[in-house]
Amino acid sequence: MCEKDIDGIIEKYRGQPSSLIHALVEIQHANHWLPREVMHRVAEALEVPFAQVMQIASFYKTFSLTPKGRHEVHVCTGMTCHLRGAAKLLAKVEEVTGLKAGETDAESKFTVETGACLGSCSIGPELIVDGKHYGRMTPEKAEAVLNSYE
Amino acid sequence: MPRLQSAAELEKYRAQILAGRNPAKPCIAVCAGAACDGMDSAAVAAAFVAAGAPLGDKIEVRTTGCHGYCEKGPNVVVTPGDICYFEVQPADVPEIIAATLKGEVVERLVYHDPNTGAKAVHMNEVPFYKHQTRLLIGDNPKIDPMRIDDYLAVGGYAALVKALSEMTPDQVLDEVKKANLRGRGGGGFPAGSKWETTKNAPEKIKYVIVNGHEGESAAFMDRAMLTGNPHKILEGLIIGAYAIGAQKGFMYTRHDMPLLEKHVRNALAQAKEYGLLGENILGSGFSFDVELHFDVGIFVSGESSALMRSIEGNPPEPRPKYIRTSVSGIWDKPSNLNNVETWANVPQIISKGAEWFTSIGSEKSKGTKLISLSGNVVNSGVVEVPMGTPLRTLVFDIGGGVRDGKTLKAIHFGGAMGGSIPADLIDAPLDFDGMSKLGAPIGAGGLLLMDEDTDMVEVARYLMDFLTKESCGKCVPCREGMKQMLQILTRITEGKGQQGDLERLEDLIQVTGVASLCALGKTSGDPLKSMFRYFKPEYEARIAAGSGEPK
Amino acid sequence: MTDIVLNIDGKEVKAKAGMTVLEAAQQAGIYIPTLCHHEKLEAFGGCRLCMVEVESRGWTSYVVSCLYPVAKDIVVRTRSPKVDNIRKVLIEELLAHAPDAPELVKMAEEYGSDRNRFAREASFCVLCGLCVRYCDEVKQKNAVSFFDNGSVRQIAFVPEVAKKECWECQECFALCPTSYAQAAYLLTEALAFPGQRKTPAKSAKDLALKSRMIPITPVAM
Ligand SMILES: Cc1cc2nc3c(=O)[nH]c(=O)nc-3n(C[C@H](O)[C@H](O)[C@H](O)COP(=O)(O)O)c2cc1C
Ligand code: SF4
Ligand code: SF4
Ligand code: FES
Ligand code: FES
Ligand code: FES
Repeated sequence: MCEKDIDGIIEKYRGQPSSLIHALVEIQHANHWLPREVMHRVAEALEVPFAQVMQIASFYKTFSLTPKGRHEVHVCTGMTCHLRGAAKLLAKVEEVTGLKAGETDAESKFTVETGACLGSCSIGPELIVDGKHYGRMTPEKAEAVLNSYE
Repeated sequence: MPRLQSAAELEKYRAQILAGRNPAKPCIAVCAGAACDGMDSAAVAAAFVAAGAPLGDKIEVRTTGCHGYCEKGPNVVVTPGDICYFEVQPADVPEIIAATLKGEVVERLVYHDPNTGAKAVHMNEVPFYKHQTRLLIGDNPKIDPMRIDDYLAVGGYAALVKALSEMTPDQVLDEVKKANLRGRGGGGFPAGSKWETTKNAPEKIKYVIVNGHEGESAAFMDRAMLTGNPHKILEGLIIGAYAIGAQKGFMYTRHDMPLLEKHVRNALAQAKEYGLLGENILGSGFSFDVELHFDVGIFVSGESSALMRSIEGNPPEPRPKYIRTSVSGIWDKPSNLNNVETWANVPQIISKGAEWFTSIGSEKSKGTKLISLSGNVVNSGVVEVPMGTPLRTLVFDIGGGVRDGKTLKAIHFGGAMGGSIPADLIDAPLDFDGMSKLGAPIGAGGLLLMDEDTDMVEVARYLMDFLTKESCGKCVPCREGMKQMLQILTRITEGKGQQGDLERLEDLIQVTGVASLCALGKTSGDPLKSMFRYFKPEYEARIAAGSGEPK
Repeated sequence: MTDIVLNIDGKEVKAKAGMTVLEAAQQAGIYIPTLCHHEKLEAFGGCRLCMVEVESRGWTSYVVSCLYPVAKDIVVRTRSPKVDNIRKVLIEELLAHAPDAPELVKMAEEYGSDRNRFAREASFCVLCGLCVRYCDEVKQKNAVSFFDNGSVRQIAFVPEVAKKECWECQECFALCPTSYAQAAYLLTEALAFPGQRKTPAKSAKDLALKSRMIPITPVAM
C-alpha cells in the first residue's frame, strides 16, 4: 500500500467529520492496519480531535492498531461454529501457527483472529484466510490449508 | 438506460423484458450465497459459464443469492421444473448441461432421503423445501442480484408503481397498519405505528433506515435477502419513505461481506439509473435517495440509537435519552428504523393487500418468518414458514432432526439476548408473544438445535462472553454486571462453583435487567433466566459436584 | 415560570418543563445519589446510581433521574426496596474496582453494600467519564478519552495532546471520584514524555491533600 493511496482516501473525506468511519474503514481495507501517524493525518484533515479517531479505532474490532501478517487467518467462533467444534479448530490453528488469537508472528506471515458469526453457519466450523472461506473444517484439513500459504 | 419517467413507462419496459424471455428455455441457477461460496460454488459457476457460453441460445446460466438449503451446497436449480441438484462439483457440470439440453435429470445429484433412499427431484418435493412458504426468499433462485431486470421480470417494483400512482401516503400507511406487520428485527413492534410516529413528528426532514447489521450470532437470513435480492428491500424502503414523507434513507449493513456490498451498491446505482431513486421518482413528484453505511463489526451497533450514532460518524453507543428515535434519531431528526425482513414484507403487502397478508400466520403474528436454522441440525439453512408453524415442523420436517443420530436436548432462539427451551416444548408454535412467554423470544430468527451432549452452563458462559466483548461498556450495570456473571459462570464450568453462586447470578440478572441503559444489557440475563427455568438441576449439580464434568 | 407539578417522595414539587427529575428533586432539597452527573456537563447516564421509581398512569418504571424529563402528575420515589437494591449492587460492582474511593465508601454505608462481594479488580477507574467529558465539553482539548469497548473499556490520556495541554490545566483531576485521572496522567507523562516538566505542579499540594497517590497498572496505549 503506498502513501499515495492513503492520502487519496484522506483527501476524499477532507473537512467531513461525519465520514470518519468511512475513511478509517477504507484505510484499514487498503492498508490492513491503522498506523498512528496516519490517524493523526485523518484527524487533521477531517477536523476531528485525534482522541476521537483513537476512540473509534479502538472501539471497533475491525480496525487494527498494529501491523498484520501477510495472511489474515480468521476462525469463526460464532455460535454454530462453536457448537460444531470451533474450539478444536482454533487449537489446531494456534498450534500450527504458534500464535494465539490476536497475534502476528515475527516474520509477519500470519495474523490469527477469532470473531463472531460470518453468516455461513451451514458450513461451520469455518476458517477464513484472506477473505477466502474454507467450510467444514477439521483440524487436519485446517493444517493442510494453512500449509498451502507462503 | 434512460430514466423511466412514469409508471406506464416502467410497465412497458417490464413487458419488453418478459417478451424477450422464453420461459421454456432452460436456465441453470448456481447459488453464490455465503455458504455455497464457502464450498467453492464460484468454481462451479465458472464451469457452467464456460460450458454454457457456446450454447447461449439454448441455455442460460445465472448466479444467484442463497437458495435456502445451505447445508447441501453448492446448490444448483434448473428451470423449468425447479430441478434441485445438491453438492455440485465442477466435474458434474458437463453431465448436468447434457441432461438439461435433453430435458433429462441427473439422478445421482438429486435429493436422496438419508433413511429410505427415496428420491426427490423437484423443489416442491424436497423435504427441506416442501414444508415452507417462501414468499420472501423464494425469488432468490430466479434473480441475478446484479441485474435489476431480473427483479422486474418477477414483478419487482410493481408495488412501488401502485403506491405512487394509485395510493396516497396515508393509504399506504393504513395498509401496513391493517396488515399488522410486526418488526422482524427482534422486538416484534408494529411497523405501522412506528411509521406513524415518524410521519407525525413535527420536523420536516425525516429519515428511513434499513437495519441490515445482523449481529445476532448464527442468524444469516438478512444477509441472504440483502445479498440475494437487494431490490426487494429497496422497494420496501422507498414505499415506506413515501408513506412517511422521508427524503432520505440509509442502509446500514455489514462491512465484512464483499459480495453483499457489491450487490447493494449495484442495486442502488441501477435503481438510480432507472429513475426509481432520486428526483421525481417515476414522475410522481416524490424524491428520495439512499446512502449506504457500514457497521464495523460490533454487536451493539445494531441497537437502534447506537446504529444512528454510528451513521453520524460517532462511536456506536446507545443514547441514554428518554426520547424515541422515531421522533429524534439521526442528527435529532425523526428516523424510522426497520429490519431488512420487515422492509422486504412491504412490497407484497401493498401489491396483494393487508387482507391477504393477515390470512397468513397466527392470530397475533402475521405473515411468514425467515429462520436461520443451524446448530446440531441435519439440514441447516434459511427457512421461511408462516408464523404459528409448530417448532416440530421446523426442527424435524424441514430440519431433518438432530445430526449424527443424537437426541434433541434444547432449542435456542434469539442468540445472546434470547433463550433456550427444552426438547419437550417442541410443539410450541412459532409466534412472537408465545415464544417470549416460554422464555425463548424469536429475536431476529436464529434457531439453534442443541443435542444431548450440550453443556448448558457452557452455553450460558459462551453467550455472556460474547456480550461482554460486543457491548459498548458505557453503563455500569451492563459492563460490570456481565463481567461478574461471566466470572461466576466461568468458575462453575471449571468445577469451582461456590455455594451462593446461583443467588448471586439471580441478583445480577435482576439488577442488570432493570438498570442497564439499552436492550443489550437489559436482556443479557435472558439466556440464563431460561436456563434457570428449565435446566437448573444441571447448574446445581455442577456446583455441588465441584467437578468440571457435566453431572 | 413554574408550569409542572409532580410528586417526589410524597412531596408536591414544582418544576419547569424540560427539567430533569434530578434537577427538580435537587431544587426541592431532595437528595438522589449520583456519580457520573455534573451540572456543567451534558448528562451521561452511565453510572445508573440516580435511578428512581416513576409511576405514571398506573405504570411503574425505573429510570435514571439525571435524564428523565419531568412530566405532569408523575409520582417519583427516590427510594424503594428495589431502587435500594439496584444501588447496593451497582456500588458493590464499582467497589471491586475502587475499594477506597471516598464517595463510594460513603454510599456503601448508606445502602449496605459489601465491598468484598465481587472479585477485586483494582483498576481504580470507574469509567464515570467526568474527566473525558470535562476535557471535551468544557476545555475542548480532548486530551483524555475512552478507548476500547465492553468489559475492557478504559480511559487514557493521549500523549501527543496531554504533553501540550495538561500540565497547565489539570482541572479534571479534581472531578475524579477515585483520583485515577491524576494517576493516569502522571503515568502517561512518565512513559511518553518524561522530564519535560519545567515548573513544579501548580496544584500539587492541593492534589496531595485531596487524594492519596495510588499504585496503578500501566494502560496500553
Ligand atoms: C444489542 C442490539 C443489537 C441489535 N441488532 C439488530 C440487528 O442486527 N438487526 C436488526 O434488525 N435489529 C437489531 N436490533 C433491534 C433494533 O434495535 C431495532 O429494534 C430493530 O432494528 C427495529 O426494526 P424492526 O421494528 O423492523 O424489528 C438490535 C437491538 C439490540 C439491543
Ligand atoms: S446496556 Fe451495555 S451495551 Fe447498552 S449502553 Fe449499557 S453498556 Fe452499552
Ligand atoms: S479517571 Fe476518574 S473521572 Fe475519569 S472516568 Fe475514571 S473514575 Fe471517572
Ligand atoms: S457461527 Fe460461524 S458462520 Fe455463523
Ligand atoms: S448459500 Fe447457497 S443455499 Fe444458502
Ligand atoms: S448520575 Fe444519572 S446515570 Fe450517573
